[in-house]
Amino acid sequence: MRDVAIVSVSQSDHVRALPERNEVEMVQPIIEGAFRNLGASISDIDFVCSGSSDYLAGQAFSFVMTLDAVGAFPPIVESHVEMDGAWALYEAWVKIQTGHADTALVYGYSKASPGDLPRVMSRQLDPYYQAPLWPDSVAIAGLQARAMIESGKITEAEMAAVAHRSREAARGNPHAQLQGSAPVEELLAAPYLSDPLRRHDCPPITDGGVAVILAAGDRARSWVDRPAWIRGIDHRVDSHNLGARDLTVAPSVALAAAKAGVANGKVDVAEVYAPFSHQEKIVVDALGLGDDVVVNPSGGALAANPVMGAGLIRLGEVAQRIMDGTADRGVGHATAGPCLQQNLVCVLEGEG
Amino acid sequence: MSDDRTISRLPDGLWTQPEVSAPDLGDIGNIEPVQRIRVPAAMTYDYTPGEAPTRFLMGLAEKKILGEKCPVTGDVYVPPRGMSPAVGLPTSEQVEVGPKGSITSFCVVHIGFGVNAPPTPFVSALVLPDGAAVSVYGTVLEIPHDQVRIGMRVEPVWADDADLAPSFESIRHWRPIDEPDTPAELLKGHM
Amino acid sequence: MANRVGVIGIGQTQYSAVRGDVSLPGLIREAVFRALEDAHLTMDDIDAVVIGKAPDFFEGMMMPEPYLAEALGAVGKPLFRVHTAGSVGGSTAIVAASHVEAGVHERVLTIGWQQQSVSEAMWALSFPIPFQQQLVAGAGGYFAPFIREYMRRSNAPEDIGILVALKDRLNALKNPYAHLHEPDITYDSVKESFMLWEPIRYSETCPSSDGAIAMVLASESAAEASAASTGVRPAWIHGTAMRSEPATANGRDQVSPDAGKLCAADVYRQAGITNPREQVDVIEMYVPFSWYEPMWLENLGFAPEGDGWRLTEAGVTQLDGDLPVNCSGGVLSTNPIGASGMIRFGEAAMQVRGTAGDHQVDGARTAVGHAYGGAAQFFAMWVVGADKP
Repeated sequence: MRDVAIVSVSQSDHVRALPERNEVEMVQPIIEGAFRNLGASISDIDFVCSGSSDYLAGQAFSFVMTLDAVGAFPPIVESHVEMDGAWALYEAWVKIQTGHADTALVYGYSKASPGDLPRVMSRQLDPYYQAPLWPDSVAIAGLQARAMIESGKITEAEMAAVAHRSREAARGNPHAQLQGSAPVEELLAAPYLSDPLRRHDCPPITDGGVAVILAAGDRARSWVDRPAWIRGIDHRVDSHNLGARDLTVAPSVALAAAKAGVANGKVDVAEVYAPFSHQEKIVVDALGLGDDVVVNPSGGALAANPVMGAGLIRLGEVAQRIMDGTADRGVGHATAGPCLQQNLVCVLEGEG
Repeated sequence: MSDDRTISRLPDGLWTQPEVSAPDLGDIGNIEPVQRIRVPAAMTYDYTPGEAPTRFLMGLAEKKILGEKCPVTGDVYVPPRGMSPAVGLPTSEQVEVGPKGSITSFCVVHIGFGVNAPPTPFVSALVLPDGAAVSVYGTVLEIPHDQVRIGMRVEPVWADDADLAPSFESIRHWRPIDEPDTPAELLKGHM
Repeated sequence: MANRVGVIGIGQTQYSAVRGDVSLPGLIREAVFRALEDAHLTMDDIDAVVIGKAPDFFEGMMMPEPYLAEALGAVGKPLFRVHTAGSVGGSTAIVAASHVEAGVHERVLTIGWQQQSVSEAMWALSFPIPFQQQLVAGAGGYFAPFIREYMRRSNAPEDIGILVALKDRLNALKNPYAHLHEPDITYDSVKESFMLWEPIRYSETCPSSDGAIAMVLASESAAEASAASTGVRPAWIHGTAMRSEPATANGRDQVSPDAGKLCAADVYRQAGITNPREQVDVIEMYVPFSWYEPMWLENLGFAPEGDGWRLTEAGVTQLDGDLPVNCSGGVLSTNPIGASGMIRFGEAAMQVRGTAGDHQVDGARTAVGHAYGGAAQFFAMWVVGADKP
């Protein structure tokens, strides 16, 4: 396997809504930022891959619009996944492994503000038995939270503590949408949104995105002093049927973590895509991480949740901490599907 | 078919929804099989035109076709979408183009689509406004459709003042003008 | 660094306007089981699933892949969804092949599908978006002007499109899976069919179809093992390429896009093809409107600029011609958009495996599969061969 690293990360300042700008106007500065970090341009890139969703945009072929932000003329080698940008990164990583590319630009984004996100997300459910009931994404997550509470694995107070910790940590993240949190007691006094979830247990609705540049071997070293090397990356999916699996565990996280080799070394930092407060524990446990690991120093998805980009952001946040020397080895995680059904795990490490 | 919206009136079978043929499912213990379920789904989206399209649409309300320049090549893109597609950089400098233009190509539509389609047959054309690098879509009226040609010179017919708005509908259609055709070779690459 | 990849199993559904007899997973599994049977494998032998389709509005279901996890035997495996507009069937196959080429997996199941009858196809393709130009002419109305410009540049006789439509629909009669079977079709019936977007007639237009195609791609050793079991040689991948360009850009040629030319040049270079007209035995190219056959013959380097129509007119692209094109009936006979690109890739593979049945080109050893999408802006191609690269 070739050594492939993340060498540049660029995010938008995530906000509730960007009503003036369309998708391409939102995405272009992010991509420009990724290039600017390296003094690079599209001519340095062998492969471009993006992640986005038509249903979020409310438009068929929505990804075509944002191609304008890349400068695809003369023609480029480009692909797209209808998944979070973390999976676009996976496709780019595979492409580099084939030897057909040495560098890649990857981006993921969404403007969730145009639609009613929780309702839009219900369109992903079983179309015969579940979707006709229009269960929104908060209610679905609530089923899992209830299962966690009833099984004794978490309490509402612990969930609030995760939310509090995450948003307080986000004060140090200039891109985060929600920075700072009311004290836990005040959070717990708030009414339920979808019992047992309160507003603080849920991610914000966000417009935003992220772009990342990958490079192989010496190319990566020529661009930055301390590339964030991808030591392992894998993704797996569990059953879709919420009643057919134990919602308090995420086997696909554990499996992907094993395949990616999480346990092969010390983990300094982990960024996990856990949009609902009860989910962090499920993922962290499945990754096999101990209490000594710093989890979601960026604030995680509870501080900013640009769907289709939030998973890639997790990988980017770990990569940045490795590149700036704050961490030596870290784990990035992305999720998709209801209740942590599908998961990607990436192990990143710095050299020297 | 009262609760089916007819989107297009194409001849049988092409892009319409014929009746489902129910195959013989045999005897499943006298239970009436569910062949299909109808799940109406509607969602509302608030679309954002974006800054560049907004500038363009405001221009249409004033009977102006405003393209925007690529900062590197100087090509004027219309309608502007925010970025110069060739270089991935924002366009910003507005340039008024047209109003006259040349037909870069066209087809004669015998089956319209959508609520705004004119009576068929009508000419759907790509029109290159003078000064622009790429064409805009429009319908061409006030001329028999079999006389329309590539290279033909046209001008926009604007909506009445009372109906002008920041919308593509401010241009009702295009009509021919009495000028010599633009040579087709000059129109290549500008569709 | 790159490993050899073989196509060892191909399965297709019966394509039709409405597959009202199957659910979404049922439709896909019909193709998947056929592909697995073709390869003498079971779901347990598959390491990863790479599935692609065009916009989700066709089925009214957002990102349906997680829902399909069980149906595809993907629980516990990587499941990946590609979406590159109309070329998606092709790019999905290429992404799947990359996994094997890179040595990440041994056997990858790849699927392209669309169940267009679930919602309304014309709407799903192009419902109007506020603040954007509305194309009141529909999908064919988008491409018809480019065909008109091709006709002007090439001075081609006006009935070339009719010849293509007739050929493809007659070929489809030899493909039991094809959607349109029109045994009574004639030159005159095509010519007299309803004019839709002049110059495109009804009979020169692709249908809207439900369907799926699945393929199993395998590493060299896994492919050899499968071939030993099935007695059918793999289709070896000799090259894959993708190119994209913007929908509008100054200098873009909609009639013969640069992205198509560059994609073809790249894949030929990988496959060692210096003279496509001579070295390629059979082509499956994405022709949704009849005139795209001569246009793509030029764009892909099989004919000089302006002369693609001569190959059609001379019968070169007939099933028994010197360079058969779309022996399967092509997109003109079957078009589940998310699958169509992969059907081209799969049919090319069938030709070099010798499994194309009644539409087999005898002795075909090198075949090209081609797909395009969007505003003729996304291109995906592969070259497959009977011999190892």
